[in-house]
Amino acid sequence: MGLGAYLRNIKDAVVTIADGLAVTASHMIRKPYTVEYPDRLPEGIRVQDTLPFRYRGMLEVDLEICTACLACERACPIDCIVIEATKDKAAGGLVMTRFDIDMGKCMYCGLCSEPCPTGAIHHTPEFEGADYSLESLVRRFVKTPVVAYKPKKTGEVDPAIKPILDRGLRYVSEFAKSEAGGDDA
Amino acid sequence: MQAFVDGLIGRGAVPAGVPVWAVYLGAMLVFGGVVVFGFVLPIAGITTWVERRIMGRMQSRIGPNRTGPIGFLQWLADGIKNLLKEDIVPAAADAPLFKLAPYVVMTGFVGTFAALPFSSALIVADLNVGILYVTAVTALVVVGILMAGWASNNKWSLLGGVRSAAQIVSYEIPAGLSIFPIVLLTGSLSMQTIIARQGWAPWAWNLFENPFTFLAFFVFFISALAEGNRTPFDLPEAESELVAGFATEYSGMRNLLFFMAEWGNLYVIGAIATTLFLGGWRIPWALADAPVLRAVLEFATFFVKAYTVGVLLPIWLRWTLPRIRVDQMMTMCWKYLVPLAFVNLLGTAAWMVVFPAGVPAVRAALVALVAVLALAFLWRVRFHVRNARLTRRHLSFNPLSTARVPW
Repeated sequence: MGLGAYLRNIKDAVVTIADGLAVTASHMIRKPYTVEYPDRLPEGIRVQDTLPFRYRGMLEVDLEICTACLACERACPIDCIVIEATKDKAAGGLVMTRFDIDMGKCMYCGLCSEPCPTGAIHHTPEFEGADYSLESLVRRFVKTPVVAYKPKKTGEVDPAIKPILDRGLRYVSEFAKSEAGGDDA
Repeated sequence: MQAFVDGLIGRGAVPAGVPVWAVYLGAMLVFGGVVVFGFVLPIAGITTWVERRIMGRMQSRIGPNRTGPIGFLQWLADGIKNLLKEDIVPAAADAPLFKLAPYVVMTGFVGTFAALPFSSALIVADLNVGILYVTAVTALVVVGILMAGWASNNKWSLLGGVRSAAQIVSYEIPAGLSIFPIVLLTGSLSMQTIIARQGWAPWAWNLFENPFTFLAFFVFFISALAEGNRTPFDLPEAESELVAGFATEYSGMRNLLFFMAEWGNLYVIGAIATTLFLGGWRIPWALADAPVLRAVLEFATFFVKAYTVGVLLPIWLRWTLPRIRVDQMMTMCWKYLVPLAFVNLLGTAAWMVVFPAGVPAVRAALVALVAVLALAFLWRVRFHVRNARLTRRHLSFNPLSTARVPW
């Protein structure tokens, strides 16, 4: 190693270390990113409200738009979803008597929400699910037997259901968009 | 110190029958206790909190902020927790050596405070071999670390101890060689005489005496970091390779002693650097008729310099630089620092022969150089801050910074 390379090594060391020190010094006058959850959040802000639309928190089912197609039950790799639906001509279609999700088993993989045609089963940003017993982690969505949703042949949507359906379809389509490799920023 | 005790005896504050040596011994023990418990331990403890706060901010975190106002009492909580923990001696360890090691390390570190000045009047003992004593007693630390590494009977500990020994022994050479130029200039090893030679103003410091002492400061600083086992030279306790190195098997109070010595050592580094290069406790005013005010001002000056150079700067470096490899550490010492230290020593000697009175123009040029470099550095910091602002949109990890509401 010649003298030139020797001195260049020293110069490189000094300059690169100085630049590294400048980066860390700049952090001293920047705001930390820390969110002091749960007890020192900024006034009036819930962390749940700030999470992304497709954040995979607790599962929820909008029974108004559930078609009882059982796609989610079949997709679940650990069988934590149980649906019971029977055909009832008098009531006008499929009648659901049971839609249970065992959140104690759920691993938040999101595979159930992917095949859902209407976005009825979807994750919410709610993540505070701690409870005192395993039984209470089973979410029972059907309180009284309910007729499954069935799109009308004419294509029109009941105005009472429209916002829920729009939200569900948005849930489905946002996933499709990011899978297509589009810009999700 | 001795003059103070003699004054007490002369004024009759001590009973007549007590022999003089007993009074000296008692005074030494009391003063040593005051220094250790009133200064060394709080400094070492508070530095852990300071380090964690600074580390947090440099990593875009907050750091401890729950114990007391802005987390200030964290160091007390940690200290008490460690004291109350079980003191475990592994079954396969060499128990007497294992138990002794932390005290040897602590002795090597606390022993330096016997010769470290706090102000012109406050010094435990102004030894005429002061700086030599400090470097000698610091070398005791390596004995303790090697002892801990061996006695733990654990491969990680042993590797840590051996690495530490290699590192400290190697880096004592450039550190010692960087002290010599100052000793040459001063003609004395006494800490107070070295400080008295310098002035209060930066251009009257030993640092700017000539280009060689200027370089010697940096060689000394790097070597002192390596001797104190600080990042980027923290090979003896490299977490990712050796768990905690020589301290792996230690728990409770003994572990605490090791870490106290590590953090306290930072202040010692700063105090030595301040004494040798940065003008020590010199203040612009004589204040001959206000000895207390003078002592306070001198202590504050010395403390601020020593804490900045010895504690804040190494913390900053620690959270900036990655750990270097063993071979890189040795290369740096033997191929770069040792030759440079020799150049500094011979250069200073030649400078003293050629310019016995010093060259004011060179001093001014060096001060100007440092000022220009500092401004360039601040400019670079500004660049990084602006750069961060520009890209924050894309780099925001904090959901609250954008406060998106999904529906």
